Amino acid sequence: MRELTKKIFCFALALISISCGEQAAKPVLINGAGATFPYPIYSKWFDEYHKLHPEIQINYASVGSGAGIRQMLVSTVDFGASDGPMTDEQLAQANVPILHFPTVLGADVATYNIPGVQQELNFTPEAIAGIFLGKITKWNDPLIARENPGIKLPDAGIVVIHRSDGSGTTYIWTDYLSKISSEWKEKIGKETSVNWPVGLGAKGNEGVSGLIKQTPNSIGYVELVYAIQNHLPYARVRNAAGAFVKADLATISTAAAETATSMPDDFRVSITNPPGQEAYPVASFTWLLIPGKITDAAKREAIKSFLRWMLTEGQKFAEDLAYGKLPPDVVEKEMEAISMIQ
Amino acid sequence: MAMSNKASERGIISQRAHFWFQRLHEGDAVAHLVTLIVASTVLVVTGLLVYELWIDSALSRQKFGWKFFFTSTWDPVFESFGAWPFIFGTLVTSALGLLLAVPVGLGAAIFLAEMAPPKVSSALAFVIDLLAAVPSVIYGLLGIFILVPWLRTSAEPFLNTHFGFLPLFQGPAYGVGFLAGGVILAIMILPYIISVSREVLLAVPPEQREAALAVGSTHWEATWEVVLPYARTGIFGSIFLALARALGETMAVTMVIGNTPQVSSSLFAPGYTIAAAIANEFTEATGNVHLAALMELGLVLFVVTFILNGLGRLLILATAQQGTARE
Repeated sequence: MRELTKKIFCFALALISISCGEQAAKPVLINGAGATFPYPIYSKWFDEYHKLHPEIQINYASVGSGAGIRQMLVSTVDFGASDGPMTDEQLAQANVPILHFPTVLGADVATYNIPGVQQELNFTPEAIAGIFLGKITKWNDPLIARENPGIKLPDAGIVVIHRSDGSGTTYIWTDYLSKISSEWKEKIGKETSVNWPVGLGAKGNEGVSGLIKQTPNSIGYVELVYAIQNHLPYARVRNAAGAFVKADLATISTAAAETATSMPDDFRVSITNPPGQEAYPVASFTWLLIPGKITDAAKREAIKSFLRWMLTEGQKFAEDLAYGKLPPDVVEKEMEAISMIQ
Repeated sequence: MAMSNKASERGIISQRAHFWFQRLHEGDAVAHLVTLIVASTVLVVTGLLVYELWIDSALSRQKFGWKFFFTSTWDPVFESFGAWPFIFGTLVTSALGLLLAVPVGLGAAIFLAEMAPPKVSSALAFVIDLLAAVPSVIYGLLGIFILVPWLRTSAEPFLNTHFGFLPLFQGPAYGVGFLAGGVILAIMILPYIISVSREVLLAVPPEQREAALAVGSTHWEATWEVVLPYARTGIFGSIFLALARALGETMAVTMVIGNTPQVSSSLFAPGYTIAAAIANEFTEATGNVHLAALMELGLVLFVVTFILNGLGRLLILATAQQGTARE
């Protein structure tokens, strides 16, 4: 009798487990880590995507681009994210090929606090490089004043404020400076933190803007998103075509579109100082880092389908969160590249 | 004890076993073992910490050697790293913090322990303990929004006009800098000094004071010449606790110090501390040498703390020997 009950029980149990297996697909859990700058849009995407595909759960830790790259290299995460492309050296350290997928666009703007000056300033690349190299030390320097007729700039010392924490924002800013000034390129270079020739360091966008608000005659750089949300004044910058352009979502997308034709196949490209009349010159992609080989088939398909969704439907969320959309040419090229994930 | 007397007749081994059993029975051996394990975890954790820092900083140690301590460049792009501005900043801000906080903290502790009515004393002590629990980021925000503007517009110009002949108070007043870091640290470590010193002063036996009063000393003389020397070791302890906090403080300092790795004779100049540099750069550091250099900074902070604490111990020993009232 007891044997029989046992058999029935086992049968029932087996039946339940089979029917359960049929009803819901196996849950797929994907972990990523990296850049903090795109975190708001990434968490929005992963959330929306989870609503569409309840079986796919993507977790993202915004630990910083550097940490994201390191975790990718030791394969503790399924994907990484970075504000600067990985270097050749870093790619050589990886045990699987790593693919870069641009997701959205961001930009840096120069914000300032000059008592008595309410107008938007115009900056030439020479003026920006001069200020950040410590060669232009007064606000009424001819290099600044020449492009701002009608604005009474004070005879006051410029206080430069930069980021003290390593950040993608600094990477974009120093990348731009390296392109427009050979002296900057040779002496300082581009990195998430550099050896600043002048100025004070403050932590985070909020630290930089806080210190600028409090320090008369100061200038610094923050992310465009941050400047828009906090209504900070920021300068127009003269681009490579010679036009003074104000940063907004349209002008940074234009910057990306201008470089789309010369886009390398691995998408590791800097789009600062692009050609084009309408392009804002201090913009950049931010990238997802995806391994070229994913052995777990369920994970692989989930990541590929997410990328396709991100490049099409997902882009609609970008501008609401103040990120620049990818230009269509880049989207097309990325769609082709998805097939490289195997 | 009767049992162990009996046991001695049966030979040493069984006596020992028996004695141990008895101790076990009384709980002594268990307590001994448990506390030993707990105590040794401290050593193990410290050891592992040093080991990890040592291993992970290998690249930087090999590349820069002893030069790491004495060079002043910090350049992640060209991978050239030197810790001297960070060591300097850490020492200057901590020293400034102690300089400002010790007299105030000690004075407050003496008032609370010796002069204030007991009710006022314990109420204030409660508030001070609350202060110690305020997160450092809050102190940092207060620093940015209140202390720094005040330093820039009032305190630094004042110091510059009246004491500007000293190199300490020269140069442009940014508000942020060594002075702001030192002042914010002083405010943060004050509760530790007051709280611990007050407890120590309260623990001085009343007979000490009564004896002093009996031979005709005034209230203040009894406090200054008898109670304080008696409590000296504990007060030094509170100061070293405060120093340890100041050396390792990260968030509040990085928000007000200006984060510029430079050595300057002026307190108005922006600087940098070891803990702030690690916190700022670690997450985004991509180069291996950069990472190793940050690890080595951690090791340097450990060494600095170790040396300062060692000096502190020596100071306590030296003053304890020439002391009169202690024990």
